[in-house]
Amino acid sequence: MIKVRNLHKSFGQLEVLRGIDYDIKEKEVICVIGPSGSGKSTFLRCINLLEEITAGEVYIDGVKINDPATDINDIRREVGMVFQQFNLFPHMRVIDNITISPIKIRKMSQQDAEALARQLLEKVGLSDKANAYPEQLSGGQMQRVAIARALAMKPKVMLFDEPTSALDPEMVKEVLDVMKRLAMEGMTMVVVTHEMGFAKEMGDRVLFLDQGLLVEEGTPDEIFSNPKHERTRAFFSKIL
Amino acid sequence: MEFLGLRIDMFESIWSYRELFIRGLWVTLALTAVGYIGGFLLGLAVGIGKLSKRKWIYYPAKIYVDFFRGTPLLVQILLIHTALIPSIFGHSLGFFVSGSVALMLNSAAYNAEIIRAGIQSLDKGQMEAARSLGMPHNTAMKLIILPQAFRRMIPPLGNELIALLKDSSLVTVIAATDLLYAGKVVAGANLRFWEPYLTVAILYLILTFICGRLITYVENRFSNSYVPSPRKMKRLAAGGRTR
Repeated sequence: MIKVRNLHKSFGQLEVLRGIDYDIKEKEVICVIGPSGSGKSTFLRCINLLEEITAGEVYIDGVKINDPATDINDIRREVGMVFQQFNLFPHMRVIDNITISPIKIRKMSQQDAEALARQLLEKVGLSDKANAYPEQLSGGQMQRVAIARALAMKPKVMLFDEPTSALDPEMVKEVLDVMKRLAMEGMTMVVVTHEMGFAKEMGDRVLFLDQGLLVEEGTPDEIFSNPKHERTRAFFSKIL
Repeated sequence: MEFLGLRIDMFESIWSYRELFIRGLWVTLALTAVGYIGGFLLGLAVGIGKLSKRKWIYYPAKIYVDFFRGTPLLVQILLIHTALIPSIFGHSLGFFVSGSVALMLNSAAYNAEIIRAGIQSLDKGQMEAARSLGMPHNTAMKLIILPQAFRRMIPPLGNELIALLKDSSLVTVIAATDLLYAGKVVAGANLRFWEPYLTVAILYLILTFICGRLITYVENRFSNSYVPSPRKMKRLAAGGRTR
């Protein structure tokens, strides 16, 4: 479904990604781990072109996304993204945060969009917050709204960029629970995370990135119990 | 009664010129209003232009701001009134057109910087979130970025209004019949300077004071919190909408 070929990304002189190849299949949950500065967030952001790709190719459903002829807005409509800092729109109520893109981009009717939004809010356990403003919510609640907002576009794949890293510890679980339910429903997900528990439990594949390279990939079992690469072992010895 | 040559009794003669001053007040207000509204809209375009990555948009916007911020408004007024407009139309279009165009072009340069800074002060995650939902850049700008950025622009845009109101007095050089012009006429007629110019100063002060109150009102209305007041919340609960 997503094909990454020889992906390079540089910021000026700094080479953040140095040639990554990977295929993501439909309904897979891919967890991307690695030390900070390894390029894992950049890797994720290249998949919906929030970062311009320096060299290489990314295909989604066979469409090369970094082709100048491709309308990137069409691609992004099919790729949901959840950010570390939530990035809710603070000037809109929760429900408007969720309905704005279905209405403006998918040309859905106000009524249908609101029905969809209420359904999604129920799914993330926030039915009572439809009329609240983001600043009235806790971090965990904001992140769940952000997930609902991304889902409202009915994306084919969801990207999560360290979705729990900015949360107080007691709010991590409520967000992870929503993500688990999503994974079990068969959503294709790419999750950059420091939550090794989540990666072990929900990941179909785990990718270990270091210094801009895909060092090792495999099932959670292979990666966590039996890492082949020295750098992977060194990483785990620091965090586990 | 006299103080440093200022004679209170001479204000009686000012009163007899009241129609001249009132007309001047209206001209000043009209010049300011046209200049400000035009300057805001043009400033919005130039400010967004200065954020463009496209060089053919960025550089004209930058040169525009550099020119109109870097040259005196008085010179701009004279250039527009005596050179630009006559050479386009063949004759003068009167002080009001020249004056309001000059004020508009000048304040647009300052507004452009305010608008650019207001947009840049927002977290870039807002634009990224909007784009990640598939919104084209302009849609995201209109629906997500500008509504938030405008709140931050209110105080500097308010300063700009007061500055423009005062700067509008420079149009007297092209014989505009604004507030300052009224003072000059009266001063020339009576050969007394204290009373007419003091009257002009006080009238400007009253105008800027009113503007100041207006800005404070708008600022409070769009205070830092996006959450509506309890009263508005009640109205919303009764079935209203926020947008």
